[in-house]
Amino acid sequence: MTASTACTLLQPKEYKSGVKPVWCPGCGDFGVLGSITKALSGMQIQPENAAVISGIGCSSRMPTYLNAYGFHGVHGRALALATGLKIARPDLTVIATGGDGDGFSIGGNHFLHTCRRNPDMTYIVMDNQVYGMTKGQASPTTDPNWEKGKLTPGGTGINPFQPLVIALASGANFIARSSSSDSNGTARIIMEAIKHPGFSMVQVLSPCVTFRPEQREWKNIVIPAPIDATSDPAKAARRLLTDEGLYTGILYRGERPAYQPALKSSIDNIEELDEEFRL
Amino acid sequence: MTRQNLSIALTGSGGSGVMTMGSMLLEAAAQAGWYGFMGRSAGPQIRGGEAAAMIRVSSEPIESPDDSFDLVLAIDPGSLDRFVAEIPLRPDSLLISDAEGGRRSSSLPDTPARVVDLPMKKMAKTVNGGRPNMIALGAVARIIGLPDTSLYSILEKTLKSKGPDALESSWTCVREGYAKAADLPAFGGPPINTGSTVERWNITGNEAAGLGAVRGGVRFVAAYPITPATEVLEWLAGALPRVGGVLVQAEDELASMNQVIGASFGGTPSLTATSGPGLALMTEAIGLAVCSEVPVVVLDVMRCGPSTGIATKSEQSDLNIATKGLHGDAPHLVLSPTSVTDCVFTTQWAVHLAESMQTAAIVLSDQSLGQTRAIVNRPADIAFMARRLVPEQFEEQYHRYAVGDSGVSPMAIPGQKGGQYTADGLEHNEAGAPSSLSEDHIAQLEKRQRKITGFDYGEHWAELEGDGETAVITWGSTTGPVREALSRLREQGEDIRLIAPRLLSPERPVEMAAALEGVKKLLVIEQSHSEQFYRYLRSAYDLPAATRVFNRPGPLPFRPNEIIQQLLKWSAAS
Ligand SMILES: Cc1ncc(C[n+]2csc(CCOP(=O)(O)OP(=O)(O)O)c2C)c(N)n1
Ligand code: SF4
Ligand SMILES: [Mg+2]
Repeated sequence: MTASTACTLLQPKEYKSGVKPVWCPGCGDFGVLGSITKALSGMQIQPENAAVISGIGCSSRMPTYLNAYGFHGVHGRALALATGLKIARPDLTVIATGGDGDGFSIGGNHFLHTCRRNPDMTYIVMDNQVYGMTKGQASPTTDPNWEKGKLTPGGTGINPFQPLVIALASGANFIARSSSSDSNGTARIIMEAIKHPGFSMVQVLSPCVTFRPEQREWKNIVIPAPIDATSDPAKAARRLLTDEGLYTGILYRGERPAYQPALKSSIDNIEELDEEFRL
Repeated sequence: MTRQNLSIALTGSGGSGVMTMGSMLLEAAAQAGWYGFMGRSAGPQIRGGEAAAMIRVSSEPIESPDDSFDLVLAIDPGSLDRFVAEIPLRPDSLLISDAEGGRRSSSLPDTPARVVDLPMKKMAKTVNGGRPNMIALGAVARIIGLPDTSLYSILEKTLKSKGPDALESSWTCVREGYAKAADLPAFGGPPINTGSTVERWNITGNEAAGLGAVRGGVRFVAAYPITPATEVLEWLAGALPRVGGVLVQAEDELASMNQVIGASFGGTPSLTATSGPGLALMTEAIGLAVCSEVPVVVLDVMRCGPSTGIATKSEQSDLNIATKGLHGDAPHLVLSPTSVTDCVFTTQWAVHLAESMQTAAIVLSDQSLGQTRAIVNRPADIAFMARRLVPEQFEEQYHRYAVGDSGVSPMAIPGQKGGQYTADGLEHNEAGAPSSLSEDHIAQLEKRQRKITGFDYGEHWAELEGDGETAVITWGSTTGPVREALSRLREQGEDIRLIAPRLLSPERPVEMAAALEGVKKLLVIEQSHSEQFYRYLRSAYDLPAATRVFNRPGPLPFRPNEIIQQLLKWSAAS
């Protein structure tokens, strides 16, 4: 690398928009913001060639804080919007971001079908096992005995959703978990996720310090997965079903080809369409 | 006896092939130089239910069902019963039935029509692989004066995939039916005119809407199947790849709507098609398109509601949800085609408008337009193509939502260096950053409103005809019957005005005032139970003091004479 190209390298901070986040001090999402900027810088993706798409929630505010094209859409529909964009613009690096409520509750159906469809994009879910934005209700990943949710005072009593197991079963092509406290580790995983063809699912344990202050402990209890990523879904399933949700690292790398219908607008032969109607 | 136009109904139980037969008859009529259309009415069964093909042919272009039918053919008598209300008959109508054709009919004894018997089933049995509908096809062709020769090439085309035996047995049946019809009363149709040089098309409203979308520049479609919009999607699934486009079958309407927004954000003009239940699911995201200023087109092929309603039949009852169904102040476009042919124009125009103004456009077609197959003059080519205002260069700080004069601000497309912004459904300032300040909210609300109210829609906003002191105002598929009623009255020297707005939102107060200038009496005609159109008109426009409503819900179509009767009754009373 010559000196002149070195000085044009985009630094992580150049991927920030400058809009000040609304997040509470100490929120795990700050760490994820940092990791995304490091990943984009690490890959030197030009800001105009990246699109970050989200729904609604604290974590879904992400696009606004990034210097890239962004879409802050409606609650739960980020993956659908991102899919449309990726089909129209396969040249872009498309990243969807959001929370556990956005992705697994209201957006659950799109999660299943986006894994199935396998478009070449990366989905970063900041899982805090709570609805932060609406002030602390239980989410699909909340422990059944968590009693602080105002709408579920005795705990939800229902089984938590296991996003990575579901992702695997539904056909996601890359599955990883990380902790927002490990900024560089998360950035590395995001880079791998972007590079891997097809739909890449990254669950980031990202504490909600306001409604789940006990999650501050996560940084001390997450453990790097003691094994390497597998491409065997059966092996991956066994691991994911038995882990406690605290293993980090790349857990699965699949080999399915990505979904990419060819869209290439042309009007050359538009008159041909008239033929079938002509008498 | 010959007639300038003829109405023919064909009924049968499922699998009896009335739709196939109807399509062939329509095609034979087209080859004879006639115009015409075939509407379809079906029960709820997926397969095996009764179906009726409602055909009208004429020597002139036509868009409206007639007041009654000249000829009805029931392949099995019992199939008639479901359609008694939909097939009005006169004493001189001819009803052909088959006493041994299957289930007995309970309505047959009460019919005012002349009933004659044609043993279609028995005759078909004498032919190896023969089918009663082909006997019927031959018979009807002869009765209405079509040459049997034209039927052969149509059979050949339709039965191509079924092999020579099927063609042979069908052709034998058609000839037997044709011969047998010599014994039946005949009334010829319009004169055969094979020398016509005008280019005519055979197209359905749903295909026409799809064609309009593609002509308008749409290259991405995401949708979830729903009756009666599915044929739009089926046609587009074949057509889009030929022009470099893509159709995605999404997991639901929430997904299809959001996919369409995503693709359009990426720079590709995009559309989804649905019906009432799907539109209800899409409304949140349509509001997102409005707020984030991403152009999208939603085609709603309306059916009877509420809820699942009558999925296979037509009604104009989604006007409320289309115009008023979005939460917040969400100005957007609502348009409606006034005929099968106009489905091409209106859909193409909708794409152009949505792209030009960076907003959402809802096009309200309906089952009767969408599923009607018509022989029409070739829809005119129109010049407008999707054209979006895209920045050529960027200032230091690009302001995606700059308020500007027209309210339309240049929209950067991902990949454009320096144009990075976040499209947002959250209220924002000019730069696109979230804002809860009242001044930003007001400025952006006004911007989004101004860009669509200040736009020059030209003459396309409505179809206007005549200038009498009495006017009929209607919209969408009911325009056809109204137009025919008024043209009949015009022949009798009565000049009654027609106003059929194609643009339902935004409102056009100045243009409407001009259209209503000098009108003393206004009759509103619409196919909804709760007078949705009348209430819309009242809230949007100043109407004459003497305004009356003639409305009814679907599925029964309006017929010209009942509109004439309403007008005559009113003028007699005053
Ligand atoms: C259709 C709809 N329903 C409800 C809401 C309210 N709402 C906003 S964010 C949210 C939950 C967000 O939780 P999550 O996705 O976990 O994000 P977090 O705030 O925890 O990062 C809800 C219910 C909404 N915006 N839209
Ligand atoms: S409420 Fe929780 S998730 Fe939301 S910003 Fe605050 S700490 Fe983060
Ligand atoms: Mg959450």
